[in-house]
Amino acid sequence: MPSQPTFSEQYPWPNERGYFGPYGGRYVPETLIAPLEELEEAYHSARSDPNFLQSYRDLLRHYVGRPTPLSYAARLSQICGGAQIWLKREDLAHTGAHKINNALGQALLAQRMGKRRLIAETGAGQHGVATATAAALLGLECTIYMGTEDMRRQAPNVLRMRLLGAQVRPVDAGSCTLKDAVNEALRDWALNVHESYYLLGSALGPHPYPLIVRDFQRIIGQEAREQILAQAGRLPDVLIACVGGGSNAIGLFHAFLDDPVEMIGVEAGGEGIASGRHAARFADPQKGRLGVLHGVKTFVLQDEYGQIASTHSISAGLDYPAIGPEHALLRELGRARYTVASDQEALEAFGALCRYEGIIPALESAHAVAHAMALAPTLPPEKIILVNLSGRGDKDLDTVANIFKEENDELTH
Amino acid sequence: MSLHTREAGATAIGKAFQHAKQEGRPALITYLTLGYPSPQASLPLVLALEQGGAEIIELGVPFSDPLADGPIIQRASYTALCAGTTPPLCLELVARLRQQGLQVPVILMGYYNPILSYGIESYTARCAEVGVAGLIVPDLPLEEAAPLQAACQQVGIALIFLVTPTSDEKRIAQLAAQTEGFLYVVSRLGTTGPQQRPMEELEDYIATIRHYAHTPLALGFGIAKPQQAQALRGLVDGLIVGSALVECASKGPQVLAETVSSFRRALSQTETIK
Repeated sequence: MPSQPTFSEQYPWPNERGYFGPYGGRYVPETLIAPLEELEEAYHSARSDPNFLQSYRDLLRHYVGRPTPLSYAARLSQICGGAQIWLKREDLAHTGAHKINNALGQALLAQRMGKRRLIAETGAGQHGVATATAAALLGLECTIYMGTEDMRRQAPNVLRMRLLGAQVRPVDAGSCTLKDAVNEALRDWALNVHESYYLLGSALGPHPYPLIVRDFQRIIGQEAREQILAQAGRLPDVLIACVGGGSNAIGLFHAFLDDPVEMIGVEAGGEGIASGRHAARFADPQKGRLGVLHGVKTFVLQDEYGQIASTHSISAGLDYPAIGPEHALLRELGRARYTVASDQEALEAFGALCRYEGIIPALESAHAVAHAMALAPTLPPEKIILVNLSGRGDKDLDTVANIFKEENDELTH
Repeated sequence: MSLHTREAGATAIGKAFQHAKQEGRPALITYLTLGYPSPQASLPLVLALEQGGAEIIELGVPFSDPLADGPIIQRASYTALCAGTTPPLCLELVARLRQQGLQVPVILMGYYNPILSYGIESYTARCAEVGVAGLIVPDLPLEEAAPLQAACQQVGIALIFLVTPTSDEKRIAQLAAQTEGFLYVVSRLGTTGPQQRPMEELEDYIATIRHYAHTPLALGFGIAKPQQAQALRGLVDGLIVGSALVECASKGPQVLAETVSSFRRALSQTETIK
């Protein structure tokens, strides 16, 4: 009897026009069409070149410090009661988050294409730091766009980028966050297409970026799958990752597509869906609708007239109105499901991980931990929840200190 | 049911170019952001464009994230949005402008998401109703344009494509074949507004485009002064002036009309203006 085709055998996405089912595409001004075609061609050539792939793997191993560990969170699991919680430790990658996987891959690609300058946007600053790092390593110029609101709440990362030799350009438009930084980065690219490479940091934007970013982040899931099999002797039951644009989540999910493993993405619930102050594209049926933003057709938070909505999250990295097109498809196919964690839940998870595991997580990653802590007590102890701990929280100490100060003054004394 | 025939928009635009050509000069196309500085205050400004001698009027439908625009139009869009400008109101403003006697063809320049949100077919139908001749959608490239193109054709509105210095010859041919009314020739890399970069070597660029074009060519991006417009007058069939007029709009309709007319005179004159 012929065996059932696997999920990935029936999953030809993205197609040649950059679509994941009805989501994706390339909605950009004409000036950027030729550069995107050039990028697509260069990427296809690079990924079938053993030398390119070897250089990338060498950097991941000897510079980033991969493989990152997989840690069993014994005390957190015990406190929650129920399923085991395991953590994929992207916080231990060089520069402190998964963003470096993609930044190095694309910077190598830029170098191969003969570009001498990198442009990037950043929200939490992790992608900006990773890009600035890759630029320093490879001897490329680097300009990072960052909203002024994000510069305020992620000040340590601004200093890091500047120390690494990048020029950080403040973006004082719209909501002064990630969305506005992307606009400005795209404008810079349109002006400097010949010499500059736009290094997009999430599984978003016009084709081929969602594909490129996914491919460079797949290493997360590939390692995690091997590690859990070696360390626990079996596959996990549930994967959990936070979803801003969705690069760490797609990187974790991809290696498990054919396995009987549930996948859960966690969006930023902010102050609650009803408050309107959130960044949950899927969870708010009123504002989260099919739309086009920054070159891609996907779920976008918008008002009744199609103006892009302002978003809110305690974590700058999740504070973005659109979600990667592949997540929209995985959700539609029922292969992954998506939920929310509020600012408050993320803060509680942040505190718990600090106290019970000795790990200070990024506030982004704390959203994934929050959902794991909510889910674990509902499952028996033999079940395994694998959480992508996408980054470390040093950058968030100011934000957290301010909140703790407001809530409970003696904590800061 | 619209009275427009399938070719109505492109025909009106074509006539405007034809008229200028008979006078031996390129047509003057002027841009303003609708709803700037407020919906009410933008009406006399648009009328001032026509009064100053604009032959085609391009009106921006403000969007929260205008990534193809430079700082001047970004600020105008933001101000217009804060003043309560919405796409339905923009269409209503065009209807009112027609009632107030605006004659020249109107082209709406707006980003794709508000059109998707409105509903593609409802949007084009309403455009035709209020007398819009054409649409420019800067973030909708040829490859993604089929649904809007079909809707435009149904109601007789021209969908105008842009060709840029990065478009290769094959794309130029495709864009030239698909555009209606005219082909928007972008003069340089970057966004709209005062020059961030010199214009390209225009002669060869435009000669290549001309080879494939079956419509008039209109040049835009960075044309800020009448002297510049005059220097370019022999190259193309129309010149598009945008950010310079948006900046001027804050000085009121009178000054705006005078500025437009200085551009119009520059196109008609043969002697060099200082």
